[in-house]
Amino acid sequence: MAEFGNPEIVEEEVDILLIGGGMACCGAAYEAVRWNEKVGLNIKMVDKAAVDRSGAVAQGLSAINTYIGTEQDPADYARMVSNDLMGITRDDLAYDVGRNVDDSVFLFEEWGLPIWKTLDDGSRVDGSKWEAQGGKLLKDGGMPVRSGKWQIMINGESYKWIVAEAAKKALGSDNIQERVFIVKLVNDKNDPKRIAGAIGFSTRDDKIFVYKFKACLLAAGGCVNIFRPRSVGEGTGRAWYPVWNSGSTYAMAAEAGAELTMMENRFVPARFKDGYGPVGAWFLLFKAKATNAFGEVYMDTNKEMLNDYPPYGQAAVPASCLRNHLMMKEMREGRGPIYMDTPTALGKLAETLTPKEIKHLEAEAWEDFLDMCIGQAGVWAGENIEPEKTPSELMPTEPYLLGSHSGCCGIWVSGPDDVGAPESWNWGYRSMTTISGLFTAGDGVGASGHKFSSGSHAEGRLAARAMIKYCMDNKDLKPELDTPVEDLVAEIYQPVKTFLEFKDYSTAIDVNPNYITPRMLQFRLQKIMDEYVAGVATMYQTNAKMLDVAEHKLGMLKEDAMKMRAKDLHELLRAWENYHRILTAEAHMQHIKFREESRYPGFYYRMDFNVVDEENWKCFVNSTYDKTTQKWNCFKVEHVDIVDKTKLFK
Amino acid sequence: MPTFVRTEKCDGCKGQDRTACMYICPHDLMKLDKDGSETGHAMKSYNQEPEQCWECYSCVKICPQQAIECRHYADVVPMGASVQPLRGSDSIIWNIKFRNGNMKRFKFPIRTTPEGSIEPYEGKPEIDLANISAPGNFTIDPAKLPGDRSELIRL
Repeated sequence: MAEFGNPEIVEEEVDILLIGGGMACCGAAYEAVRWNEKVGLNIKMVDKAAVDRSGAVAQGLSAINTYIGTEQDPADYARMVSNDLMGITRDDLAYDVGRNVDDSVFLFEEWGLPIWKTLDDGSRVDGSKWEAQGGKLLKDGGMPVRSGKWQIMINGESYKWIVAEAAKKALGSDNIQERVFIVKLVNDKNDPKRIAGAIGFSTRDDKIFVYKFKACLLAAGGCVNIFRPRSVGEGTGRAWYPVWNSGSTYAMAAEAGAELTMMENRFVPARFKDGYGPVGAWFLLFKAKATNAFGEVYMDTNKEMLNDYPPYGQAAVPASCLRNHLMMKEMREGRGPIYMDTPTALGKLAETLTPKEIKHLEAEAWEDFLDMCIGQAGVWAGENIEPEKTPSELMPTEPYLLGSHSGCCGIWVSGPDDVGAPESWNWGYRSMTTISGLFTAGDGVGASGHKFSSGSHAEGRLAARAMIKYCMDNKDLKPELDTPVEDLVAEIYQPVKTFLEFKDYSTAIDVNPNYITPRMLQFRLQKIMDEYVAGVATMYQTNAKMLDVAEHKLGMLKEDAMKMRAKDLHELLRAWENYHRILTAEAHMQHIKFREESRYPGFYYRMDFNVVDEENWKCFVNSTYDKTTQKWNCFKVEHVDIVDKTKLFK
Repeated sequence: MPTFVRTEKCDGCKGQDRTACMYICPHDLMKLDKDGSETGHAMKSYNQEPEQCWECYSCVKICPQQAIECRHYADVVPMGASVQPLRGSDSIIWNIKFRNGNMKRFKFPIRTTPEGSIEPYEGKPEIDLANISAPGNFTIDPAKLPGDRSELIRL
């Protein structure tokens, strides 16, 4: 009989394992099952949560941020992605997402996602009303409501619920395993550059799951909470990106030997202070301006600072990091707080709108929060903020690592072979990493940001089809784990063993010299990253000396991670999440140390190399991790344009 | 704004092994206290790690007893406000109470089709394994794959 500390071992062999249940894996499920009707493989999805509400879209969204539409070309999209990420992205990957993404949006609408429409008379109506007023589906030529060049507005409270329903129906419930957290990939016994399996545990029962497979899609999100957040009490959970994204994608890929790319990249969103509510609709839909405390619009007054970073500062929309850079000058020089001037924007709109339209506008503004960041509505309600009367504070957040939003860290993958990319960027299967059989999508794919929800779904689909092909091409492959199952089990359950062995040594369960709680380990990680690796404590500044200190301290932290305790399955979940966070943090630190320039001013500054150095650093930085020696190896990879970037500046 | 469970309303999902909030929480926060040893309230659930709560409201929205609410982050937000939804099958209603007593109420659509009605492949093109290496996803007509090829400067 299984009990805590003595789990039942469940071993299973499939052809394809989908690790994660977010937009990317839901897209993969949808695409893979259709192809599989003619192939007959075993495909399984494993999610540490419930697919209905897992991943970054769990809460919902108020917009789909990537919809190309008929008026733009995938090449325009690839150009935008490149410029926003300071010139170093894989055009082939962005272009590929760009030409496939709208099709996923059409599916969402068909499945029941309400998408706002612009009617023939120019009026905009929400996603449940246009049908009665003569609007059309997007796929039939319906016009969305653009809140920006790439964004369209939705009533997206149930966005994930809807996308999950399609994926679940495609896969069938027997092929979905929820509440199992995969924590380690296992390489093949006969080929260390090939993946053979994965191991994880149930957070509900005393069970360990060992999967063997030919191919897997590792798409378990980005990384949150490696830096000390600005709120450190109950507010710790109010991260901008989902707090359950723990770097599992990057850490497991790195340990399996996959090449990572651009792990120095991070995203520091400027958002409404404390609630981290979205600002996109306020900037783009309501035309609000951000100001310093004295009402000065810093994007105007500090405009010449953009000229320090040619050409990225000179595009019609300067890179996100540079917009932060202009804001931070005001903060550093004592002209904070920074505000979103909501009263002026709403006042201006009111001049031309009827009272009924104004009431609708107010609802739209609140829905922006309630669909995707309810906490911000809570902050406004608690502070009696009425946006028509009171401006709201903006604040740059703590740093996040991700590859699907305005960030591009992740794994180096094989791209499409029909867009003119260098031969070295393609090795046969779209979205396969440098480890055979290991695929990724969404936040996992590096050097191509701005996929967002829809692009992650589309990219999951691209990866799925390539995995089917991989399995067809490798019919006779028999995966064999390179480590005995009992060794893997012992490693995974070590925190439980440690707890059971030492728990009675002291009278206070949390204070014991033989172990560290996952919670305290996370605090230590956050303190190191915040103070030495350009967190909020130093206004995002670091240098080589500080990074040396960080490296030393992270090394000891990684050693101490072996002494984490788990007093129950919930804490075992936290223990492994935090182990993944440490490896992700290490990759971030090593990459920042290697790249001797400040590529992303406003996201972080290497104060010892505080320039964008196009001559020496207009290149990718890739890395590999050796799990035996526990050492990182960073190196440069040449950057090549696949689309013409000069068009951005014409 | 961590969630909390109202003692008088929670029925532990009527003695089932898993409660709805446990099922849905993306961060594994909700826990059923079967014997009351952890909270003093047997067969009711609670948020076991409030400082890790993202305020995604998944538990609030799914609770069949409407027993779950949010209390704004104590270290950030002044007391007294509340934001409470009622999620139906096609729309959601939000009641917002400000600290000063002002109230706002909004209703937004959430879905245009009945829950459970999705037929994922109905009316979709059949696949042809010969196209497994083509660049577009299976629902895209290969002849209509978007993109002006002259934009690709290395071809």
